Amino acid sequence: MSDIGPVHQVGTPAEMPPEGSPSFNERLAVAQKLGGLVAPLITVLIAFVMGGLVVLVTTGKNPLRTYQAIFDGSGLNWFFEVGSHEVGLPFTDAKVWFPWDPASFASFNLQQTLIQTTTLTLVGLAVAFAFRCGLFNIGGQGQYIAGAITAVWIGSSFAGMSPVPHVLLVLVVGTLMGALVAGFAGFLKATVGAHEVISTIMLNNIVLWIGVYLFGRGGPLQNDTQPDVPVSNDIVEGAKLKVWWGDPLLQGLHIGFFIAIAGLVVYWLILNRTTLGYGVKAVGFNPEAARYGGINVARNYFVAMALAGAFAGLAGAIDILGWQFRLSTGDVSTSQIGFVGIAVALLGRNTAVGTGLAALLFGALLTGTSTRNLDPEVFQPELASNLTLLIQGLVVLFVGMDMVILWLIARARGRRLAT
Amino acid sequence: MSARPQVLEMRHITKRFPGIVANDDVSFDLREGEVHALLGENGAGKSTLMNILYGLYHPDEGEILIKGKPVRLGSPNAAIDAGVGMVHQHFMLIPVMTVTENIVLDMEPTHQRVFLDMNEAERRVQEISDRYGLAVDPTARIQDITVGQQQRVEILKALYREADILVLDEPTAVLTPQEAKELFEVVRSLTERGKSVIFISHKLNEALEIADRITVLRRGKLIETLPAAGATEASLARLMVGREVLLRVAKTPARPTDPLLEVEELRVLDDRGIEKVRGVSFEVRAGEIVAIAGIDGNGQTELIDGMTGLRQVESGAVRVDGADVTSASAHGHLAAGLGHIPEDRQRRGLVLEYSIGENIVLHDYRSSRFSNLGWLSLGRIFGLARRLIKEFDVRGGGATTRAGGLSGGNQQKVVLAREIERDPKVLIAAQPTRGLDVGAIEFVHRRLIEERDEGRAILLVSLELEEVLSLSDRILVMYEGEIVGEFPPTATEEELGIAMTGGGRGEAAA
Repeated sequence: MSDIGPVHQVGTPAEMPPEGSPSFNERLAVAQKLGGLVAPLITVLIAFVMGGLVVLVTTGKNPLRTYQAIFDGSGLNWFFEVGSHEVGLPFTDAKVWFPWDPASFASFNLQQTLIQTTTLTLVGLAVAFAFRCGLFNIGGQGQYIAGAITAVWIGSSFAGMSPVPHVLLVLVVGTLMGALVAGFAGFLKATVGAHEVISTIMLNNIVLWIGVYLFGRGGPLQNDTQPDVPVSNDIVEGAKLKVWWGDPLLQGLHIGFFIAIAGLVVYWLILNRTTLGYGVKAVGFNPEAARYGGINVARNYFVAMALAGAFAGLAGAIDILGWQFRLSTGDVSTSQIGFVGIAVALLGRNTAVGTGLAALLFGALLTGTSTRNLDPEVFQPELASNLTLLIQGLVVLFVGMDMVILWLIARARGRRLAT
Repeated sequence: MSARPQVLEMRHITKRFPGIVANDDVSFDLREGEVHALLGENGAGKSTLMNILYGLYHPDEGEILIKGKPVRLGSPNAAIDAGVGMVHQHFMLIPVMTVTENIVLDMEPTHQRVFLDMNEAERRVQEISDRYGLAVDPTARIQDITVGQQQRVEILKALYREADILVLDEPTAVLTPQEAKELFEVVRSLTERGKSVIFISHKLNEALEIADRITVLRRGKLIETLPAAGATEASLARLMVGREVLLRVAKTPARPTDPLLEVEELRVLDDRGIEKVRGVSFEVRAGEIVAIAGIDGNGQTELIDGMTGLRQVESGAVRVDGADVTSASAHGHLAAGLGHIPEDRQRRGLVLEYSIGENIVLHDYRSSRFSNLGWLSLGRIFGLARRLIKEFDVRGGGATTRAGGLSGGNQQKVVLAREIERDPKVLIAAQPTRGLDVGAIEFVHRRLIEERDEGRAILLVSLELEEVLSLSDRILVMYEGEIVGEFPPTATEEELGIAMTGGGRGEAAA
């Protein structure tokens, strides 16, 4: 059975089809692949149209102008302001020609969008990875907060540590803490069959109230100099992530952005190139077949949850080191970013590229609708942030419709899908 | 026979799907009181033709006449109104409701159009049931009656809607041999009373037994319509497949040597804690095929799961080539040299969303053959898949094609390829040809014999007596969780049938 040698010489799959014509199944597969791109786009389109109707009905303003304002507010208009500029290469003194103005107002907005995208990418992956194992991780929020709390704690301690090891230490332990929280839910699922939806929701609350205790008045991590404010100490200067675009004092874009991109690559590699991903996906697709195949299903539930939590924990740590620098009890209890991760994963269909793009979309929405730079003539501030929630909700609602959309497309072409 | 009027005529039906012509100028007719069998391999176009008749598809060309009048069947409701009744292979019944409630669903008799009149409904159901000898209790709940009875409820449902043309889609696939006999009685009683039946099947002997005429389809084309009288299994198989088919596998007598699989006093519980395997002992030697015959539900599934590590055993021992694997994990069993072709290839045997290549390494993706420090060696995996696709003649796609996109026969070839490629000492084949067509069955059987001659110990667990008799070298009959007899392959179906129903208990045991 070690005759692997000759296998490389055999023919390509192209030689295989015996009766020539591409089979119906092959065509269906292509249609589904196309649908994988088309359906989310249509989903987003429908969500935007309905959101626009709400704008029209409630304010009587032109929805297109509203969306234009959101687009500009998100900084994505930066890409359309082409000119001749100079840009300093990050971390060097060299300057090169660049078509976009790296210091424009739009660039500032874009930095904010990408900061949000960074977080959303990672919390989106936390949901997506669990989905690939057939698990619904609603605990991204709790895992994110666990990572953030850890980052505040370690980041505000060890003041004498040199920056690089300090940052690495925070990121690693924050990641582990997210993995621990989610892994606990996975452990319960694997051992006693406790449903992960229930346990992760409960863990969200446990983490939340731990945070409120830690940063509340008299709490162990509460601010040393302001005993009346329920907020943590700031992390030390050396633990902050480097800003590579924009002004560090004006919340420029930190290097966590690249960590998120690396997260996407790691996610893709794990799922498509490793034995770990093979087992996780096999369990997600068909646990019974996985069990028959000799795969330890319970172990994979644990591993998948722990890895999912690791992504969320990393997101929390990056937010603290990148721009938040501290946590208050209010931050802990009002943050919703982990839940947006669910919409990101659903819209991105649990793929690496899809999650990245969906994170960019929601990051742009969050930034573009933030009341900071909205013109009340165009867009009432009360509606602004709610519109994001509205579109987010509509996306979640419509995302299960992809088969319906596929069917409608097929029907429009006068065909019916046969089985 | 030709004096009988035609009740249905489908003329020159053509139906195209993207990339495939499912029905190519097919004509089909049905006479009053006739059973007309529709034969063909999977994918031959039987289902498409019947879905057209049932209003699920619209033909691209051709017309349908019912009792001489052209009809347009735009939906199943239109088909029902035209007198067409369909009994699907998978029943469409609500388990918690009674027989009557299921039958009258959506057509309930009422008082003043408001209140249900269940007494009237039960009376009508009872009446139809009596008229056709269906023997179904109208007040029983669906979940409490047997599969055979559930099928009769489906037939009743069609009769209640005054169907004159009944389409039975692979009706015996889910039945025991005894239930199949009873179904044939019902079909005869239906035709005696003027109903007409279209009998879809890929089992040749059944078509010969029940049908007046037989129509054979192959790759969407009408091959021939012929009277059942005078046709033989061999002639039908040739029409279906388009070449000579060996219905009985040629094989030399077995030369068994060392026992490779030993099962001792095995006891296994099912999910509800009921003992389904009650002290089973046997051995399978290298170079022989031992069959376990029995009616479905007599503990075969639990026995297989217990032997393969998929279910914990209560007591007893399982040894593979001398190594005790009784309490090993599924992975441990695989490592000890056990191969397992599972009963249900879609639910268990394959990850349908995975490609053929990925499915090929389902057991061994962690081994150093297919991975290195946790990284999959995709080149090797797909290289092996391409080789096996060739060797096992898997059609319909390449190494990266989704397994779910393959036909049942080709899916089974992928499972077979995977299990054999692992070079197991013991191969457990559970229902290896279930749902396969003649050509694929021939392939699987031939391959199992070859593997026997290679010196593997093969345990065949099958509900098909014909398969058991033609493949195996020894036959064990399982009844209510025990082995109740051992038979040579020269035994008759009757002998086995008696043992399978508990009749020969104790006597025939060798």
